[in-house]
Amino acid sequence: MHSFSYVKATSVKQAVDLLAANAEAKLLSGGMTLIPTMKARLAQPSHLIDIAGIAELSGIEVKDGKLTIGAATKHVEVSRSAVVKKAIPALAYLAGHIGDPQVRNRGTIGGSLANNDPAADYPSAALSLGATIVTNKREIAADDYFQGMFATALDAGEMIVKIVFPVPAKAAYEKFPHPASGYAMAGAFVSQHGKTVRVAITGAGPGVFRWTEAEAALGKKLAAASVESLNVDASNLNEDMHGTKEYRANLAKVMTKRAVAKLGK
Amino acid sequence: MAKVELKINGKQHSFDVEDRTLLVNLIRDHAQLTGTHVGCDTSQCGACTIHMNGVAVKSCTVLAGQANGADITTIEGMAKGDKLHPVQQAFTECHALQCGFCTPGMIMAVSGFLKDNPKPTDEEIYRGLEGNLCRCTGYINIVKAVKQAAKAMSK
Repeated sequence: MHSFSYVKATSVKQAVDLLAANAEAKLLSGGMTLIPTMKARLAQPSHLIDIAGIAELSGIEVKDGKLTIGAATKHVEVSRSAVVKKAIPALAYLAGHIGDPQVRNRGTIGGSLANNDPAADYPSAALSLGATIVTNKREIAADDYFQGMFATALDAGEMIVKIVFPVPAKAAYEKFPHPASGYAMAGAFVSQHGKTVRVAITGAGPGVFRWTEAEAALGKKLAAASVESLNVDASNLNEDMHGTKEYRANLAKVMTKRAVAKLGK
Repeated sequence: MAKVELKINGKQHSFDVEDRTLLVNLIRDHAQLTGTHVGCDTSQCGACTIHMNGVAVKSCTVLAGQANGADITTIEGMAKGDKLHPVQQAFTECHALQCGFCTPGMIMAVSGFLKDNPKPTDEEIYRGLEGNLCRCTGYINIVKAVKQAAKAMSK
């Protein structure tokens, strides 16, 4: 790892001021992606601003049909939270299936959403549930937030403070983890809000995306059979040593069907 | 340079280290506790697993600075004198190690998840061990040891 200066911030304001003062600075939360990236010398920030201990970034609460989770909340906390389990059990399930136990003890929801790894789990929940990403500057709708591989609507110097999830009538998440890495080769988060159904697919493409044809069919009849005749457009999906575009398109459909079947339970 | 003050196995330490120092290097090179291993150095294998404030983490993916003020337990802190920790005892009795390289990390991971789930099912043991690799592939006896340790600890 190249050398850098480590600074522990105690408030959002201090963290943002430090970011503004140092063009090559990066925020450090759990560090589960950033530290390996720096070891591989794919990133060499001048400063790491540790935001893990900032009180304003913690907390989980439900109010007026909305679940709010602080950006520095760890995956283990979301997975075990009685509040999350009651409001959106699919989100607690998703958090409990990220990486491995040691990673869940450090990694945070804000870090996952800021990084926007194409195979990360949280982006699918945020997009399907129509979450709002609240930063130090503004509120960003999930539909505008995710912009492809590792790209988001966040500006330089902007940081996520909390995430607000509308509580759906029903939701479910299913993924096909790669047997070695555990990353989703395809994952589907399906949620129902009134008559609207939203389906977000992660892992299969260069970034999380909505499968709108499935949403329309599931909006008419919420059953796994509704997507049977549909196919995810494979043309823009990922293709590598682990699988072809067509394989991933099929996996995305199978995960969607499994998630829909789980909704009924 | 940063001053890092932390407790390791009950003993207070203070080190002046470079900001880029990893917790695992602080433990091995500065505190001279070499029971914690570096396997992959990419947070996949879990050989570097230690407890930080009571929870299992991979110390190759934590900066020393992030552990400032923390209470750390390493494999050296598990036995009480000559009396092995129940997880260590079970690994010994069940022959849950071959080369032994992954063992410190396995024991720290297992003792971590048994705190949260004292009576795990087979499926829960597999999931609890997802962050640790044994390249001798001696998983059958490791799972046996986890069950035996869980039983011993529930007494």
